[in-house]
Amino acid sequence: MAKTITFTLNGNLVSVEADGSRMLAYVLRSDLGLTGTKIGCGEGLCGACTVLLDGEAVRSCSTPLEGVAGKSVLTIEGLERDGVLHPVQEAFLSHGAYQCGFCTPGMILSTVALLQKTPGPDRQRVAEALDGNLCRCGAHVRILAAVEAAAAKGGVR
Amino acid sequence: MINRRDFLKATGAVGLFVSFPLSAFQEPEKVPQRPSYPKDFNAYLKIGPDGRVGCFVGKIEMGQGTMTALAVLAAEELDVPLERVDMLMGDTDLCPWDGGTWGSLSVWQFGPVLRGAAAEARAVLVQLASEQLGVPVARLQVREGLVSVAGDPARHVSYGQLVEGRRIERHLQDVKPKPVAQFSLVGKNAPRKDGRPKVTGAARYAADLLPPGTLHACLLRPPAHGARLLSVDVSAAEQMAGIKVIQNGDLVAVLHARPDVARKALGLVRAQFQPSPSTLDDRNIFDHLLKAAPPAKELAARGSIPAGAARVEQRLEATYLNSYVAHAPLEPHTAVAQWDKGRLTVWASTQAPFPLKGQLAQALGLRPQEVRVITPFLGGGFGGKGIAPQALEAARLARLAGTPVQVAWSRQEEFFLDTFRPAALVKIRSGLDKDGRIAFWEHHVYCAGEAEAETVYDIPHQRILASGGWMGGNPPGLHPFGIGPWRAPAANTNVYARESHMDALAARAHLDPLEFRLKHLKNPRMIAVLHAVEKVFGWRPRPGPSGRGFGVACADHRDTLVAAMAEVAVDAKTGEVQVKRVVVAQDMGVVVNPDGARQQMEGCITMGLGYALSEEVRFKDGKVLDENFDTYKIPRFSQVPEIQTILIDNPSLPAQGGGEPAIVVMGALLANAIHDAVGVPMLQLPMTPERIRKAMEARPSA
Repeated sequence: MAKTITFTLNGNLVSVEADGSRMLAYVLRSDLGLTGTKIGCGEGLCGACTVLLDGEAVRSCSTPLEGVAGKSVLTIEGLERDGVLHPVQEAFLSHGAYQCGFCTPGMILSTVALLQKTPGPDRQRVAEALDGNLCRCGAHVRILAAVEAAAAKGGVR
Repeated sequence: MINRRDFLKATGAVGLFVSFPLSAFQEPEKVPQRPSYPKDFNAYLKIGPDGRVGCFVGKIEMGQGTMTALAVLAAEELDVPLERVDMLMGDTDLCPWDGGTWGSLSVWQFGPVLRGAAAEARAVLVQLASEQLGVPVARLQVREGLVSVAGDPARHVSYGQLVEGRRIERHLQDVKPKPVAQFSLVGKNAPRKDGRPKVTGAARYAADLLPPGTLHACLLRPPAHGARLLSVDVSAAEQMAGIKVIQNGDLVAVLHARPDVARKALGLVRAQFQPSPSTLDDRNIFDHLLKAAPPAKELAARGSIPAGAARVEQRLEATYLNSYVAHAPLEPHTAVAQWDKGRLTVWASTQAPFPLKGQLAQALGLRPQEVRVITPFLGGGFGGKGIAPQALEAARLARLAGTPVQVAWSRQEEFFLDTFRPAALVKIRSGLDKDGRIAFWEHHVYCAGEAEAETVYDIPHQRILASGGWMGGNPPGLHPFGIGPWRAPAANTNVYARESHMDALAARAHLDPLEFRLKHLKNPRMIAVLHAVEKVFGWRPRPGPSGRGFGVACADHRDTLVAAMAEVAVDAKTGEVQVKRVVVAQDMGVVVNPDGARQQMEGCITMGLGYALSEEVRFKDGKVLDENFDTYKIPRFSQVPEIQTILIDNPSLPAQGGGEPAIVVMGALLANAIHDAVGVPMLQLPMTPERIRKAMEARPSA
């Protein structure tokens, strides 16, 4: 049943009139027009739809809308501020840590969540944290280097 | 790609299009079967009053970096800064014809076309400047799009001023592109053109483009290949608010303004299907392929196999198998179709916008000029988006619905409808003479295809045969589902078999596998790449299997030479493989964008771990059993080894393709490293822990 669900999206309060059992990814993309969140598998198996929910990386294709009521959602569109990239975005850009780019928003958000919790992760910790984010192009070694570079610079804003 | 309106504004091309019909740049409509690249450089390049260069190409960007590499070539020949080149790709109304983006051909095959166009444009611009400044061409120089008089730089005119956004009507014959020695951009690392939109989420893919009023369609699919629809009941789905159901011939679809609601409604459609007649599965497939494959075609022959066989001291025969593998791009096939007064526009994730335009026109009874295909960024392709049936589905549904329609395949549909890399076999018969040299070699590949079936080694008596392949011409029912080209089609299979067999022979000859290869090589470029990788890897010669887990493999992929070494560790109990490091050296002629080339090599190495170790499509009775990434295992961060790439500078050879070569050695490389670690040859890809355990149990010593 459709109801009004209110949450914070990229720093702004939004209200959506929708069935609360619908998954967040589709609401973000279709109802709210934020298409930076990608859908790669629909079952929480590839990580392309990763967003931050109160700072935690979650799979938005498997997160019901009612579960975000009153909480704070950050998507890839909310990372850049006043034209300035987030340090993790900057690191991905400067390390060529993407190819087709379809997994990139999810990769970046998983990295942001990791670095907020673990400021100086070793390579094994990074690999563990990103293991659920699939990249078919094989940009992995660049992504690992970008995460390490972002971590070295503090990685958080 | 940047927003189209901004792009046209930025390049000053808006006025240009008003005065010059776009069709002037299209392939001649009279002979659509044999289109070719247009000769007029205006088809590729438009210079705006601000000096920005619009570069129009029919290629598409799917992550391989073509957008950047082609921009480098255009900037190089025109002598403009790279950042002043704006790429517009894969739009059949705005871009010149192209046959499709695949085969690692964009730089090798299309690069010279674009360079030629840009070189001619530059020569014409300099001539125009000469007339305007009243100075002979020989006294002019060009820097950053500014033509000035040598020794008197105050006298100058810019490209933007010369052209003023107009089409250039003058042409020159036989303008030569720059020689390698004069390159200033080619060969240097270039910042990728697609970087910023990809890290900000602004990059648009087919699913992100929604004309107002778009409905999302979910189609009814059979549960198995070959299963025919008997009856369908859509009444429950029809009762859902906002749902539209379309039934038209073979099409049964539910449509809704929200994609997830449409998907939910599809779940309410009740359908009965006749079971598939297929009795094939992933175990009996190899016997079937061997029996049903088309007749053999001889690809090469030298000497006489019986004469060679008569001289051998040791014979070695083996059969190498590889399974079906999926393309599994992160972005599933997607298209959006919109009709406007009988004209169709389709935004599609396709590697071949121009061929797709022709296919849509034919299927829908339209003239080619009534169809426009626009290709946004692709979320990966790997050969799987050479066909785009979702575009026709969207176009048919949009016509029936009277609204724009998006079709975005689910991951399950992507696995069901993908055109897999074919399962295949290679039978190799060979023998060593008393000096440990290969006396004869017969390679017979079934169902993979011909690429790289021929050996790179100098063998006096040899015969190479191929029975069928990915490119078609197979008897009906040979494969239980669609097959097609998968990154470096056929080559992965043939190189796996050849290079594995080389190691098996080296072991018989009690020679180090690198030494054994060098003993049979004459091509100095191949010898050089092997030595390059040997040095960086730190290879210490020892006859295999040495127990160290070291592997070597090399290949000649369309004149790009590649050699690789790897180190693996195999868990003797579980059969799990950890690839510790991979070093690959590549001679691809002139390198346009070294950093881009390295990214492609790294991608090939990483993607290649999958078909070597874990990826295979399981199926039974027409059903594809792998439906998502939980069971179909593509490489992950925890599996990625330390990777080193070596680019060999070779200005004597024009730029070759770099999107494929390094992947072709990965099966063999890891098979040889595992063979070296566990002491038994690996005769089937992927080398799953279970297969490795079985191979170890079958060891004579075990």
